[in-house]
Amino acid sequence: MTAHGHVAIICTDIRKQFVLRHTRSLKEALVWLVKGRKGDLSKKFLALKDVSLEVKQGETVALMGLNGSGKSTLLKLISGVLQPDGGTVRTRGRVAGLIEVGAGFHHDLSGRDNVYLNGAILGMTEKQIDEKFDSIVEFSEIGEFIDTEVKFYSSGMYLRLAFSIAVHTDPEVFLIDEILAVGDEPFQRKCIAKIKELSEMGKTLFVVSHDLDLVATVCERGVLLEHGKIVMDGEVHDVVNELRRRSLAL
Amino acid sequence: MAGQTDQLIKPGTGHGLLDVYGDRFLLKLLVRKEIKVRYRGSVLGLLWSYVKPLVQFLIYFVALGIFLNLQRGTPNYAIYLFSGIVLVNFFTESLSNATRSIVDNRDLIRKIYLPRELFPVATVWVSAAHFLPQLLVLVGACLVVGWAPTLLQLAAVVLIFVMVAVLGTGLGLLFGAVNVYFRDSENIVDMIVMVVTWASPVLYLWSMVQKVMGDWFWIYQLNPMTVAVEVFHWAFWEPTLKADQLVNDASPPGMLTFWLPVALLITLAVLFLGQWTFRRLAVHFAQEL
Repeated sequence: MTAHGHVAIICTDIRKQFVLRHTRSLKEALVWLVKGRKGDLSKKFLALKDVSLEVKQGETVALMGLNGSGKSTLLKLISGVLQPDGGTVRTRGRVAGLIEVGAGFHHDLSGRDNVYLNGAILGMTEKQIDEKFDSIVEFSEIGEFIDTEVKFYSSGMYLRLAFSIAVHTDPEVFLIDEILAVGDEPFQRKCIAKIKELSEMGKTLFVVSHDLDLVATVCERGVLLEHGKIVMDGEVHDVVNELRRRSLAL
Repeated sequence: MAGQTDQLIKPGTGHGLLDVYGDRFLLKLLVRKEIKVRYRGSVLGLLWSYVKPLVQFLIYFVALGIFLNLQRGTPNYAIYLFSGIVLVNFFTESLSNATRSIVDNRDLIRKIYLPRELFPVATVWVSAAHFLPQLLVLVGACLVVGWAPTLLQLAAVVLIFVMVAVLGTGLGLLFGAVNVYFRDSENIVDMIVMVVTWASPVLYLWSMVQKVMGDWFWIYQLNPMTVAVEVFHWAFWEPTLKADQLVNDASPPGMLTFWLPVALLITLAVLFLGQWTFRRLAVHFAQEL
């Protein structure tokens, strides 16, 4: 394994609060003001409570927990999509999220146009995309369909292309959210092999998945979240066992 | 990119519009995508951006120029009308699309961090791509009736184009950001779009307003779009007039020396206000969309 160097991600006491049932019209807000601010216009929900976490460069971390434990929220805070309400997040190097691949796809554009658009959205330069274009197409197994509009793609082709672009973006830190379930079994194996290859190259991986066996093979370290708090942080198999034990107890 | 690796940074914070400049490649792709997508599956394609304003122009010209007979008092009324219409179209299209741009791109904004200013800025560029063919039509029409502009007038056209683009960006940032929280913003913008054609001397002459408003005429002049339209008239319409057609009050007094700088200052203030509001509200875009 590669030597772990500098810190790649530091989270200190981060707190994230969501407002549920937010009013969407000026009228409702005005009525609420006129009535003397009676009643709650919104309901608050604490998704993360004082979470502190440090990830070193080259580490592979699996973030685990049941639904609603705050995994995706933590990932979005690290990627910068969300900002914490308390505490700080700091990252080193370029961070790219493989968060729900294909978010930047446009159905009416060809595969080729989408490779450029998505590559740029994920932070690649024109030169980088030019260089990696063939490799992206090859990995995705799209072949001659690259100039077809993506709306005619099968869902498997779509995901394969999106995943292929994402793994070619080459950031220092990869955030991966529930995307390992891509395509059929052979392609999935290929994806996992690619992710392992990335980690061997010394990339920092931060993976969120419900597929416990899979994360145990990809990652070394496990972090267990429960109701927005870190309840365990250790060797990945221990954390997987702990999560299984806790789920059975429910 | 390599320079950043040795320091810790706070994710999701940028430098507003400056980041858009750094992301020019992505901006270019976004603009190209918008243009491609807008005319997908249509036979005429980009020709539609000629057809629509042409029809609009014909309606106004027939109704106002011929039926109301405004062309008798205003020589070359068609040129007068069209030079105002293209500019107002550029502004209204920029503003209304920029206002919707954040909500329309919610899938992306919720999942990936990008300088969010990219989206309103891209829509203004798309509007510019629709404005330029119209400008060509205008120039063609002007040349037919003997347009001979001075260098100063040509420079003013460029300046006004930039000013209207900046104004559209500033207001687009403001209303686009507010639109995330209150969708009423779209309706307010629809109203502004409706008013703006009539709040500037597009269909009538500025002197008609001065007659009515008297000492309060300066309020009318505070609107940067009013000044922009007046400057366009000065650059496109006035040079097409023959000596015997020249109107002695074609432009309001002090248009270039006083009102143009005022309009530029107001436009810059709007841009700063828009960017400031946008920066404050953008922090919570992802969770509010």
